[in-house]
Amino acid sequence: MTATALAFSRVSMEFPGVKALDDVSFGVAAGSVHALVGENGAGKSTLLKILSGAYTPSGGSLMIDGQPRVFTSTADALAAGVAVIYQELHLVPEMSVAENLFLGHLPQRLGLVNRKQLADAARKQLDLIGEQIEPSTKVGRLPLAQRQMVEIAKALTRGARIIAFDEPTSSLSDREVRRLFTIIRELKARGCAILYVSHRMEEIFELCDAITILRDGRHVETGALGAFSRDKVVQRMVGRELANIYNYAPRPHAGAGLVVEGVCGPGLAEPCSFAAEAGEIFGFFGLIGAGRSELLRLLYGAVKKTAGRVTFAGRELAIASPRDAIGAGVVLCPEDRKKEGVIPIRSVLENTNLSARRRHARGGILIDENWEHANATRRVEQLRVKTPSLRQLIRNLSGGNQQKVILGRWLSETVKVILLDEPTRGIDVGAKSEIYAIMQDLARQGVCVIIVSSELPEVLGVSDRIAVMRQGRIAAILDRADASEEKLLKLALPVETARAS
Amino acid sequence: MPTASRKTLSAFLDKAGMLVVLAILFLGCALGVDNFFSWANMKGLTLAVSMTGMVSCTMLFCLAAGDFDLSIGSVVACSGMLAAVVMNHTGSVALGVLAGLGLGALVGLFNGFIVARLKINALITTLATMQIVRGLGYETNHGNSIGITQEGFFWLGSSSFFGIPTPVWITALCFAAFGFLLNRTVFGRDALAVGGNPEAAHLAGISVERIKITIFTLQGIMAAFAGIVLASRVTSGQPKTSEGFELEVISACVLGGVSLTGGVGSMAFVIAGVFIMGIVQNAMSLLNLDSFHQYIVRGSILLAAVLFDRWKRRRGAA
Ligand SMILES: Nc1ncnc2c1ncn2[C@@H]1O[C@H](COP(=O)(O)OP(=O)(O)OP(=O)(O)O)[C@@H](O)[C@H]1O
Ligand SMILES: [Mg+2]
Repeated sequence: MTATALAFSRVSMEFPGVKALDDVSFGVAAGSVHALVGENGAGKSTLLKILSGAYTPSGGSLMIDGQPRVFTSTADALAAGVAVIYQELHLVPEMSVAENLFLGHLPQRLGLVNRKQLADAARKQLDLIGEQIEPSTKVGRLPLAQRQMVEIAKALTRGARIIAFDEPTSSLSDREVRRLFTIIRELKARGCAILYVSHRMEEIFELCDAITILRDGRHVETGALGAFSRDKVVQRMVGRELANIYNYAPRPHAGAGLVVEGVCGPGLAEPCSFAAEAGEIFGFFGLIGAGRSELLRLLYGAVKKTAGRVTFAGRELAIASPRDAIGAGVVLCPEDRKKEGVIPIRSVLENTNLSARRRHARGGILIDENWEHANATRRVEQLRVKTPSLRQLIRNLSGGNQQKVILGRWLSETVKVILLDEPTRGIDVGAKSEIYAIMQDLARQGVCVIIVSSELPEVLGVSDRIAVMRQGRIAAILDRADASEEKLLKLALPVETARAS
Repeated sequence: MPTASRKTLSAFLDKAGMLVVLAILFLGCALGVDNFFSWANMKGLTLAVSMTGMVSCTMLFCLAAGDFDLSIGSVVACSGMLAAVVMNHTGSVALGVLAGLGLGALVGLFNGFIVARLKINALITTLATMQIVRGLGYETNHGNSIGITQEGFFWLGSSSFFGIPTPVWITALCFAAFGFLLNRTVFGRDALAVGGNPEAAHLAGISVERIKITIFTLQGIMAAFAGIVLASRVTSGQPKTSEGFELEVISACVLGGVSLTGGVGSMAFVIAGVFIMGIVQNAMSLLNLDSFHQYIVRGSILLAAVLFDRWKRRRGAA
């Protein structure tokens, strides 16, 4: 039995109106990867923020190597060998990789930063995790996966022995996920204690040694992962059985729907055409950067298309802006909810009604408070958004619950076509199955549902037909019956790589 | 038990914030400063804040939407000058007022267009128009002020209803109207959304450009109107007047808890901010403090307010 490197002892955390954590105790062994799972809003991120010193718990304590510790800042935690790698990374985009690595203790001589020494030291650190990044590159220029690597290198630079990851893979491509796992395994071999938060069961069962399950801020169970099956984890997480989360049922299609002909624009290598019937769930699979999000943005009018025609039920849709799109019944749940979805400092109510309130205003001008309240209440109930009140600022909700509010925003509109860009990213299994059910419901009502997803099981599980995109073009469109993981992956891989292998 | 009562107290302070500060300040001055709580002084005080009050209504929108407007002081001066010239030449008060307002609308529209359509930083844009319009004000009459010959015009600044000066009534009306606009209309809420996250607002179908241009135009018109009221009060157009007025207005808004990064703002707090500034100024004059002390005091209050706000937010987040 290895030593317990980190222990939470009766940790509680209260926010106004919310008990985010309630008497949580468990330990993480050195040299192990410990999964932390739970539904959206279960308190995982809050626990990590306590670990990093961003929050001070309202009760209980942290034990590092058996010693109770209190962190009042991230610098404190780092000094004690604790690093938390958040999903939104905390690097300074304007600074170089090297400067970020040594931020706060740059090698100095007489108060001047020694560039050469800095670059050398940085290169050494990056080599440790096998990363070839030029230390003078500005962090803002790096793709997300590499930024994450820099963040890990930074943690190691400070000698971190306890490293926590909050949903690190949610925006990584498959290959990047592999790299990350290799590094995590290496850290483990070096005796680090790793706390790993994710909603992806496959990852957890592949990577982790132990697991802790939280529900509604309470500790449910901790144990060696070997003692758990997938179903058991899910059952403990959501508190009920979840048989088949996709619950796919064929639906009759309701005839002519969205027809896209020769649409061109930035991000697309050639004109794109496809047709999705009303009542159909049409999936888009592809690697990150294949042009799927770009295509959706063109259809939505967020980016102006340079050519092409879009019709619904035979009628041309003249869409030059998102506003036109919404008017025509076309809505988009964007991929990056933080940047493009939520208005962080406004309430759940306002974020829900953000779009539909225009059409429900009295005389088109005056806010209809009654409607606003009723609608927000209805969406919060329908999607089971976990929030203490409608007045809560949306930035105080957990990531998954923010996503639900954005879905609720579009359910408040009368939609003909709903474009979903990675709609279940960062969403727990229970909520996922609810979202799939909603998609099927919409389709049954004759809505044309278009979903972009990088998760193979998801596209395969929900779609009637699947288009695979590769390098800015639609490579193929497959029927549900013809599609398999291998086929989709093969079609999605860039041509050069496919030939080489 | 003590923690519970402390919690409700801090929740109350969070909600009431500057209103409490205003109340305490008012009581303090009423008790501690001679002549403060007299009818004549109250009238003077409200008249003194009426201009800041008016323009802070539109500045609130501007800041809420994540923008800035430094050109208002110049618009005040220039519109007063233009109104004076047009009135004297045509003999028509209405034409003069219209010309002044028109100028404000044009400057605002121009600001809005550059900021919203051409996506140039508002600070820089309005820093430029601030100087241009100031210059235009001087050009109007070779740098000299102009006495207004139309006496009918002086009614605007010097009349009163029920003993309260007309400009004060107008300001009260503006507070009510813009407070309503912010809280009860789609336009107001959309403005806050635009300030909170322009990209998300755009993707939710809000016409970000149109909202910004409208706000800047309203701002220009309001500043011009304030300039016309001022011209009426001093019976002349003054090209030098209201330098630094923009900072006074922005200070009042910030004091009223409007976030400079957009997305947050409430009319009640802005009113409190306007009055806090006004009362401090008024009390200092009554106490015969030199005007250069007043600068220091005003700056310190602003700094204190911002620090207080930050402290409140930190504690809220923890
Ligand atoms: N700053 C805050 N103010 C108020 N409530 C908060 C704050 N931060 C978190 N919460 C609440 O605490 C609870 C736990 O949130 P947390 O972010 O830890 O969930 P999570 O398990 O990480 O969920 P997800 O899987 O969706 O990321 C949620 O109900 C959330 O609304
Ligand atoms: Mg989280």
